[in-house]
Amino acid sequence: MDLDALTGCLASSACLVTQGTSGFIIGMLLFLVAVGLTLIFGVLKVVNFSHGAFYMFGAYFAMTAYQLTGSFALAMLCGAAGTAILGLVFERVFMSRVYGSDVLMQLLVCYAFVLIFDDVVRWIWGPEFKSMGMPTAFQVPPLFIGGGVVPPYYLLLIGVALAVAAILGLGLARTRIGKVVRAAAHNPGMVSALGINTGLIYGSVFALGGMLAGLAGALAAPVRSLTPGMGFSVLIESFIVTVIGGMGSILGALLGALLIGLIRSFGSLGFPLFTDGLMYLFMVIVLVARPTGLFGKEVA
Amino acid sequence: MTELQAERAGEPLGVPRIEAKSQRSRYLDVLIAIAAFAVLATLPFLFSSKALLDFVIRCAAFGLFATSLNLLVGYTGMISFGHGMFFGLGAYSFALIMQRTGVPIPVAFICTLLITTVIAAVIGAICVRLKEIYFAFVTLAFQMLIHSMILSWVSLTGGDQGLRGGIPRPVFLGVDLSNYLHLYVVSCALLVIGLLLMRQIAQSPFGYTLRMIRDNAVRASFIGIDVWRAKLTIFVLAALFASTGGIIMSLFVSGAYPEFAFWTISGEGIFINMLGGVTTFLGPMVGTVLLLIMNDTVTRLTEYYGIVLGIVILFFAIGLRKGLMDFVVEWYEVRRDGAKERAR
Repeated sequence: MDLDALTGCLASSACLVTQGTSGFIIGMLLFLVAVGLTLIFGVLKVVNFSHGAFYMFGAYFAMTAYQLTGSFALAMLCGAAGTAILGLVFERVFMSRVYGSDVLMQLLVCYAFVLIFDDVVRWIWGPEFKSMGMPTAFQVPPLFIGGGVVPPYYLLLIGVALAVAAILGLGLARTRIGKVVRAAAHNPGMVSALGINTGLIYGSVFALGGMLAGLAGALAAPVRSLTPGMGFSVLIESFIVTVIGGMGSILGALLGALLIGLIRSFGSLGFPLFTDGLMYLFMVIVLVARPTGLFGKEVA
Repeated sequence: MTELQAERAGEPLGVPRIEAKSQRSRYLDVLIAIAAFAVLATLPFLFSSKALLDFVIRCAAFGLFATSLNLLVGYTGMISFGHGMFFGLGAYSFALIMQRTGVPIPVAFICTLLITTVIAAVIGAICVRLKEIYFAFVTLAFQMLIHSMILSWVSLTGGDQGLRGGIPRPVFLGVDLSNYLHLYVVSCALLVIGLLLMRQIAQSPFGYTLRMIRDNAVRASFIGIDVWRAKLTIFVLAALFASTGGIIMSLFVSGAYPEFAFWTISGEGIFINMLGGVTTFLGPMVGTVLLLIMNDTVTRLTEYYGIVLGIVILFFAIGLRKGLMDFVVEWYEVRRDGAKERAR
């Protein structure tokens, strides 16, 4: 435990900015993964235990595309589009067979794919740590805000995540498609009786969730190291985020992700060995106080 | 599956078959247990292969773990995805107590169970009120917490190297666990006693209370059952048996490793239950034997163990939609009923 480092940091604006932004980008990446998880749960009522694999695939797709083409934008596109297709196929071919059977089956199908996907990545890209490297466009001197160091790439990350949050929130609340999706979450039988293809909605929501996780992976690829199994810790963290924020709530996911991000970045100063522990502790406190999470509704 | 969904699917509600368990069938369980122990204990005299005995010891460790998980999954409907933490906890506590204090083995055994009881009660008190999917993931989160504590608390646990240096095994009442044969017999005894105790729990009135909670928790609480307390009790009891499995494992490998507390142990436990089937008491034991055999063959053939295991899981989850023992039991019942029809 190193409380002096923590209080020292809280007193200096430079350290506050540096740690704050690093907490912010952890939170933003987590948000992108968690919002997909929460969306899939909200509409399909299944927890995608293999969601971390989409994050992993997004990162690997982006790395390969970047190495082949050298274009950062194309790399992001490949990461997102590749995982979207993967999500669609995964949902239509496998997950759709276990709707309505018990949770155990759904978890098992996902568990099977966690194992398969990790090994597929190990097979294609090898077991060693890989890194994509920072794209040349962002190899510029960092910005100094209030004495703290902020790499420009972080600003892009934060911008993309906030844009996704805004588009998703507005899209679900205001557009016709959003209305249909919300209706399908509420009563799929009625929606399908009205002549709307619910299978298509389910597939697209899953693809969207997978795409967001893949985008998070692609965005994380320049700043994190890539390894098979990298998705699992992200899955656990993003699940904690959805539990804190409340399953099915986009605003909850955003807030939960930010809180977890800040806990991780400041916690690593004060309690370097117990950073993960702080996260779980926070989750337990929230769950004891509000079992449905901060923004969750009581599900009957 | 909720009652409503079951009706919608046009199936009758899954009412548990409550057979009046006479005193005689209890004695029968004990007789079967004694017979099973006798068979296991004579194995070393019939076969000289150490690999076979190793296999039985591993089956004892994982079998206790998987069967205890079935008390939660199959009997109470609580899908714990973090049950492996108690396996790891048992292995680490036992190994640490033996290394640090040098007390006799039974004392260390009881201390380990006490530690498990306390930790399981605390974790259970937080988790058991949660609904199924939340329960699954919060137990998983606790498992990861314990795993990360094992990794980071290097001075106590040895970090990612695991707890090495062997476990001292003082002779107690003539039982010398550094003798391989003694270790084998003790493991078998722990397995058989553990299974017998779990069988007693499952067939007791409390066991039927658990089945009722699984089928309809709301109704159970309406007739005056304290659902939270019943769930917490079985959570702690199951943790104790899982911890015993961990103790066997730590004696077998002479140490404890972080993998024992990693989430994949829990995943494998769930899969063992699925493989063997959750509707019969011995299903998880069958699943354990199958998984370990598969484990040993597949790892010999390919390094991409996950792909093969994943495909087998998919075959069971999407293809059969039930475990092997469930399948066998159903097949047997259909045949028996068919025979009755013909006799009429």
